[in-house]
Amino acid sequence: MSKARKLLIFGGALLAAFSMLYGLHYAVFVEHQTLDRMGGSLSSAFSHAADRRWDDSQRALITYRETKYDYVRQVDAHSHWIGLAMLMIVLGVVFDDVAFGERARWAIALAMLVGSIVFPLGVVLQTARMASLGSALAIAGSALVIVALGATAVGFMRGDAT
Amino acid sequence: MAMSTETENMGTTFAAMGARRLLVFGGIALIATGMLFGDIFAVFVLHQNGGQTGQALLAAAQAVAARDSVAVKTAFVSVGALLEDRGTKVNAHVHMIGAGYLALMLALIQPYVALSVSAKKLLARLFLAGGLLLPVGIFLIHYVGLAYSPFLVIGWASILADSAGALLIIVLVGEGWGLWNYVRNRGAGPVEPDLPKERTWERRVLLSGGTALMLMGFIYGAWYAGANLYEHENREMVILKDLLDQQGSAGDVTVSINAYGMLQAEKAVQIAAHSHIIEFGLLAVLLSFLQPFVFLSERWKRIWVRVLLAGSVILPAFVLLELRLGLLAGGIADAGGLMVVAALVGMLFGVVRHTGSVDAEAGKAR
Repeated sequence: MSKARKLLIFGGALLAAFSMLYGLHYAVFVEHQTLDRMGGSLSSAFSHAADRRWDDSQRALITYRETKYDYVRQVDAHSHWIGLAMLMIVLGVVFDDVAFGERARWAIALAMLVGSIVFPLGVVLQTARMASLGSALAIAGSALVIVALGATAVGFMRGDAT
Repeated sequence: MAMSTETENMGTTFAAMGARRLLVFGGIALIATGMLFGDIFAVFVLHQNGGQTGQALLAAAQAVAARDSVAVKTAFVSVGALLEDRGTKVNAHVHMIGAGYLALMLALIQPYVALSVSAKKLLARLFLAGGLLLPVGIFLIHYVGLAYSPFLVIGWASILADSAGALLIIVLVGEGWGLWNYVRNRGAGPVEPDLPKERTWERRVLLSGGTALMLMGFIYGAWYAGANLYEHENREMVILKDLLDQQGSAGDVTVSINAYGMLQAEKAVQIAAHSHIIEFGLLAVLLSFLQPFVFLSERWKRIWVRVLLAGSVILPAFVLLELRLGLLAGGIADAGGLMVVAALVGMLFGVVRHTGSVDAEAGKAR
């Protein structure tokens, strides 16, 4: 098995295992509480408005916005980590069909692995009061994944692998 | 001579009721059923559910204007039930297709799973049972609720879904153990040869087409995150503030509710387009591995490849156009989904024919 295939298959498997554990931890310890807070705060915003308690209503609406902001990003990070890990494993099985030299294939595989780790990590950091750093990492990571996937597509379209 | 070796190799690779055959059949069947369910859901449930949710939110806003906090809570209970109805159906669709993808991936790695033949078959059967019961359990959550449940918050359907999920985890741990054995050169050793690696037209087109689809999905997702994600979040808050600030003007409330519904629709179609095009790309790549087992004429193999890729582009493209073209685009998107299902069933038919041919050869040899 080539180095590039090993990197994709074992890197993908490790990333999948990590993201499943991350998702399990989130589902057991965080998600239900978050969903309760999200639904409860929106309902409270309306109830307080009905009672004409405008300040309480406003506060509840802000809680809803902040909770939803975190929830969307946590779920996105988890699902993107697993999705990218699956993609790496599948591409790893067939990576010898990418018609580039071994060094180029290894560079593509490395870019895919780094991008797949960094992109969802940036999304998680956006929820940890590190929005600027998180956004920068998310953009850089997704760009790496896109470039690596583009190169892979070109490699598949070309003739026989070298 | 070469021909007989190849047939023998294919026979070993795809042994009758072997783990790989079970996983390939089961995987394609789960994906096709999950997609068909998604199509039915999109036509008969999705839009109606969205309309009812809008009505419930309208009732909540009217209750705010009428200073009736009890009615607000009643309206939100109704919103919660509608969201559960929609969410469980979406989850059933997603989990059935996800289990199908995993089954196909497990079929690919069978040569590297160093376990006995019977253990591999058992794991494959358990995986398919879990892959079927998980979405069924999720689907039933909304209907079964807490009826006859011994627990305060978890119903029987949730228990079924969670147990099926645990079964899938156990199978994956078992497959992982087999891979570990392979890496350490211990245990039963691989009993199935690697998949044939023919560089045919079908394989190349599915590989490059699938990767291109995923690439399009990634680029679209990046654009969505940069251009729309934050704008949608801000717009939602503005609409909700407007709703809460209404002082009884029915016309304004209706305008806000319509704006909220339109925002949810925008988000839904953009996320659906992004996720579907990537999933179809992954499916095309997975199906490229199975082409040596599709026992159809070259013409029909190419037709199904083209139908699959065309449907994979049509569905997400017309899902995006739904907000502009309305039901026409929705209908075309559903037709795109059916094209993918038809191609899957066509390929499955080819795999069934292949297994018949392999079994007949094995019978003759005996």
